[in-house]
Amino acid sequence: MSTMIREGAAPMPRPWHRYSARERLARFAAWLVAVAVIAWSATTLDIYWPFVLDAPEQVADLAGRMVPPDWPFFLQIIDPMVETLNIATLGTILGAVLSVPVALMAAQNTTPNQTTLWLARVIVVGSRSVNELVWALIFAVVFGPGATAGMVAIGVSSVGFISKLIAEGIEEIDDGQVDAINATGAGRGQVLIYGVLPQVMPTIIGVLTFRWDINIRQSSIIGLVGAGGIGITLSNQMDSFAWDNVSVILIAIFAVVMASEWVSAALRRRVT
Amino acid sequence: MLEIDNLTKTYADGLQALRGCSLTVPGAEVVAVIGPSGAGKSTFIRCINRLVTPTGGSIRLDGTELTALGERGLRGVRRHIGMIFQEYNLIERLTVMENVLAGRLGAVSFMQALLRRFPQADVDRAFELLARVGLEGYENSRADALSGGQRQRVGIARALMQEPRLLLVDEPTSSLDPKVARSILALICELASELGIPALINIHDVGLALRFARRVIGLSAGEIVFDGAPAEVDEAALSRIYGADDWRDAFRQEGEEDRHVAGEGMAS
Repeated sequence: MSTMIREGAAPMPRPWHRYSARERLARFAAWLVAVAVIAWSATTLDIYWPFVLDAPEQVADLAGRMVPPDWPFFLQIIDPMVETLNIATLGTILGAVLSVPVALMAAQNTTPNQTTLWLARVIVVGSRSVNELVWALIFAVVFGPGATAGMVAIGVSSVGFISKLIAEGIEEIDDGQVDAINATGAGRGQVLIYGVLPQVMPTIIGVLTFRWDINIRQSSIIGLVGAGGIGITLSNQMDSFAWDNVSVILIAIFAVVMASEWVSAALRRRVT
Repeated sequence: MLEIDNLTKTYADGLQALRGCSLTVPGAEVVAVIGPSGAGKSTFIRCINRLVTPTGGSIRLDGTELTALGERGLRGVRRHIGMIFQEYNLIERLTVMENVLAGRLGAVSFMQALLRRFPQADVDRAFELLARVGLEGYENSRADALSGGQRQRVGIARALMQEPRLLLVDEPTSSLDPKVARSILALICELASELGIPALINIHDVGLALRFARRVIGLSAGEIVFDGAPAEVDEAALSRIYGADDWRDAFRQEGEEDRHVAGEGMAS
């Protein structure tokens, strides 16, 4: 009867383990699988080790050729840099316009029916799963190489990101405000602009400035496949081994991306 | 004239919110609908402008059958039914003026609404109403900058902007403190009788209901169990509505700070 609380006796040991024996086995198996995946990936890559060991030397060599940067070259990249910014800005606007119907169809509470919801999801996934560079290649064929192809590529590749995030914003709105607008006898379009839009406005501005910031980065590389902007200059200079010019371009891209990040952060702070 | 006949509502999850409610409001009359939480008050009032679609029965406003209306017809009828909500349901990020003018959405075009270019007559009337509800000079304030009582006044102005033939009022005072609650309710009743229109007011505060309404409807478990003048609301009536033990609690809420009874089970 009193074996548990007998005075003077040592307390019963109460073993405690974070994981049961079964869980420990499962965790060990998971580790094994992870190691196997890494080993398999590394072997299939067929790494040529002499090149890897050679890398530090190559870096030093490249750095030697990139420094000092050829500063006067900067004057020649102002135009393509401005073009890059314009591709990003117009591409973002195009993406925003294309996203309006997609976002409305992708949100559970504004989509007309299940078919449109499904269609919007296909568009979102399609736009996001194809890389900007691939879109740029496609539109360079359609529109010919140049800024137009770049702008459309940026626009189309932004649709997934923009409409997905705005649709999420639409799904989070207060239904009471929408009820109130419905109760006045407003039409469907009026309910959207009066009941839904004001509630989603902070999300829209935040998402668009964020995407604009991303698009500046994207538009600086799509020139590599001929879609306009600074990327074309970068690719030309690399092909002609003008590494001191390449370093000027990289510094300029870095500065512009930093500036755009700062601008978009400041804009977002103002609206939310 | 509002005629409701054998109204029923069963929600998708099988909940029977209304089990055959009939009610006729012949003319300008403030009708308070009282009852415990979950009795179906909110469903009842929302069925009338079809924010909730009734399962059966008929609703006629000035002779027009509302339950059979298509989308266009429904919008036409909603234009003339003003609604005031417990949580005000103002568009929080818009100005007071934009919120009041929202009452005219049924009468203006999409572009007019988009560009906020409402007819001058509407703007004049909005200014008038703002003055009438005591919010002169607030037209450019954002709705989310106002206090609860002020927001509800904007809600009232928006409803009146519709030039309503019927006012539906869903727990107008539950989010307000007692003093403000009384003045808001007084304002609603005053304006309803000024305009000569019937008002249906859901209210769980029996004291306030008896003080302001000319007729009291008692809802219990989706059925109308009482219909009479405030003077006829006695112990027997209250225990019919709230159950034998609970009606005292319902009364005691008057004057208490927190008017929220457990969440409105059938609110939407």
